[in-house]
Amino acid sequence: MATEQLIWLLPLPPLVSFFLIVLLANRNKALSHTIGIGAAFLSWLAGMVVFFRAVTGEHGLHGLGEHPLHSAMDWLPLGDGAFQIGVNIDPLSALTLFFVCWTVLMIFIYSVGYHNFGQPEGEHDQKGLPPHGATVTDEHGHQHTVLSVEPNYSRFFAFISLFAFGMFVLVVSDNLLTLFVGWEIMGLCSYLLIGFWFAKPSARAAAIKAFMTTRIGDVFMLLGLAYLYSAAGSLSYSVIFSPEVLDRLVHDAAVGGFLGLSAAGLIGLLLFIGTVGKSAQFPLHVWLPDAMEGPTPVSAMIHAATMVSAGVYMVIRIFPILAAGAEHGLTPAMTVMAFIGAFTALFAATIAVAQNDIKRVLAYSTISQLGFMIAALGIGAYVAAAFHLLTHAFFKALLFLGSGSVIHGMEHGVLHTGNHDVDPQDMMNMGGLRKKMPVTFWTFLIGGFALSGFPFITAGFWSKDEILADAWAHGHTAVFWTLAIAALLTAFYTMRQIMLTFFGEPRTKEAEHAHETPWTMTAPLVILSVFAVAAGWAGIPEDFPILGGLVANFIHGVSATLPAAMIEKAPAFNVIPLIASLVVALGGLFLGWLVYRKYKAGATDPVKKMLGGLHTVLQNKYYLDELYQATFVRLFNWISEVFTPAMDRGVIDGFLHGIARVAFSLGGIFRDRFETPVITGAADLLGNGVKGFGREFRGIQSGRIQQYMNVVLVIVVVLAVFIYILAQV
Amino acid sequence: MIPLSWYLILAAALFSLGLFGVLSRKNAVAILMGVELMLNAVNINLVAFWRYSAPEVIAGQVFTIIVFAVSAAEVAVGLALVISLYRRRQTVIAENIDLLRW
Repeated sequence: MATEQLIWLLPLPPLVSFFLIVLLANRNKALSHTIGIGAAFLSWLAGMVVFFRAVTGEHGLHGLGEHPLHSAMDWLPLGDGAFQIGVNIDPLSALTLFFVCWTVLMIFIYSVGYHNFGQPEGEHDQKGLPPHGATVTDEHGHQHTVLSVEPNYSRFFAFISLFAFGMFVLVVSDNLLTLFVGWEIMGLCSYLLIGFWFAKPSARAAAIKAFMTTRIGDVFMLLGLAYLYSAAGSLSYSVIFSPEVLDRLVHDAAVGGFLGLSAAGLIGLLLFIGTVGKSAQFPLHVWLPDAMEGPTPVSAMIHAATMVSAGVYMVIRIFPILAAGAEHGLTPAMTVMAFIGAFTALFAATIAVAQNDIKRVLAYSTISQLGFMIAALGIGAYVAAAFHLLTHAFFKALLFLGSGSVIHGMEHGVLHTGNHDVDPQDMMNMGGLRKKMPVTFWTFLIGGFALSGFPFITAGFWSKDEILADAWAHGHTAVFWTLAIAALLTAFYTMRQIMLTFFGEPRTKEAEHAHETPWTMTAPLVILSVFAVAAGWAGIPEDFPILGGLVANFIHGVSATLPAAMIEKAPAFNVIPLIASLVVALGGLFLGWLVYRKYKAGATDPVKKMLGGLHTVLQNKYYLDELYQATFVRLFNWISEVFTPAMDRGVIDGFLHGIARVAFSLGGIFRDRFETPVITGAADLLGNGVKGFGREFRGIQSGRIQQYMNVVLVIVVVLAVFIYILAQV
Repeated sequence: MIPLSWYLILAAALFSLGLFGVLSRKNAVAILMGVELMLNAVNINLVAFWRYSAPEVIAGQVFTIIVFAVSAAEVAVGLALVISLYRRRQTVIAENIDLLRW
């Protein structure tokens, strides 16, 4: 099959799977997950074929930028011409496709184990709540409580399939409109999946929060798309990133501009606000930690593999617009991005230090790492941002799935002891899981070290180092130091998490009875941990001492996606940023080990002792949720409270009721004066007349043929005489 | 030569005879016979007019033959109906067959 056709077909299996499961297979759990995983596997296969054909094609990865695999067709007729949609694989989308395919497939397989396929159904389980466990009696007559299968198992695979479809559409599309379509499909699916356990009020609230918050960003993004379309006349990448269009967007006063910003800057900022919502950057980050209410595979899907990556992918994609006109340093849009990204990276890292929920730490670390990418892009480090996007997707998916495995093991312990007051997600209740869950431990360790940037081996080191090196080389020292401190905190809270979860003695009975999870959960962990290490080797700088050049630097080919004029050479090797990344990674890990190596059950968290009052602030996420609650939410509640009686009931309802009353009385008048006497009267007259006529005359229809013929004869004779007389006269 | 009006008078007489039979006889078979008489009166008219006004074309004779053929078919159908009627209701009296009344 031609590669272009394969790209067109690539997103479709998950969509088909969604409809098959919803319409046909929803009563059969095994069939549902077979369809779901089968579809993910088909897309994975197609994605791998496309990826390898793209990078080994006649032009290679570097040539792929100038000669992308592209195919388009007319879609919406628009007067003169038509809006085109199509598919496009250039180095950036090839790279994204690679990690999306892998992580999506792994998450699908993992979900089978996470939702306890093969376990009995719980007696008290109901749809919309997490399973409570089932009681079974073994052959000796002992009763055990074991994990029970998720009641809405099929529904989960249907939604997550649709989610994967949205991401694939976004990655392969060749224009910003179909990208936005995939973007919104994911928005819907994230709402459905965060609220997957919809009978829990907290999950419902989190789903609504995530949807509303990302909606704010999406509205601005849509404005940006509309502006871009009216200014450039197209949304296809090949048109809007062409030098002529970029030049027009920057310098042509006719297409507008605002407060000293060029049109390109304004469009870039509007689109960037979409990313702020989707990729959870300050100040729209508040939805992401709450979204941990969803099942853990969903957290991995939303926060590592697909949705938040989509935000960064989009902003990397529109980098030519953001950077257009940057002959003298950074454009205003890039400055805003660098600021927000660096601030978010540090801000979220500080919160993560004080969180005790194993998933919430990862949630804040995701926000922080996304801040790294945004900041990298803001200082023009295009390749580093894409590289970190790739490595982060792998190690963060690994960490989320690993934390799900830990929670699963803890739930096993909770069911064993029957003490449901113990929160299986609280790291303070864990400890010593190293021996209970060895596979989870080792893979989580690899993921955690990759996140911390453990030198030379892990993927996170190379990508983070590249960001820091770029920041240093281009002289953005403020960004450099902010990110370096954030990286130090990252290593610290990661080590804190690993120490609290896996080392020491078990701090609760539940942790003592934790149990390794089934192979469907551990196998994806092992595969992802391979990538969490190896993905970094694709991007080792060529002039790096000793290691440089051992593996061909594949990642720098991504820069070929940019218009030729914007491609920059990778910065020359400099020892200062290298030392900085070594110090922050190793220093953070060492500090974490030092502080938590002797942590005992019941003791105060050492971080709390060190930080004092600040710890409370951090634990409460700088009270931002409370601030939003006190300002925006209260404002809107107040508006609705004021407007409901006055505006809604008084004016709008009053107006409607008035119309109804007028229409009602008009109808009464018409009925009495016109309808009843005239129309009904005429109709009755006609009907009664016909009826009476028929009654009078039916006597002549006797059924006797000869009588009829007599009548005919008489009439013929009369007519003949009449005609005869007429003829005479 | 015998004038045309003689033939027409003969045909009119025959037609009236048939009409009287159709209107007055009670037996359905006899009514059919009356119909046949009326048809043949028409045939006499056709042949007479042909002979007196356009003897050089054959159309008049052909028309008569067609009327014969049609009337034969009609009688076949009519008699079949009468037989069927008799089997069901044991009567061929037209007065008694009045299903199609109000």
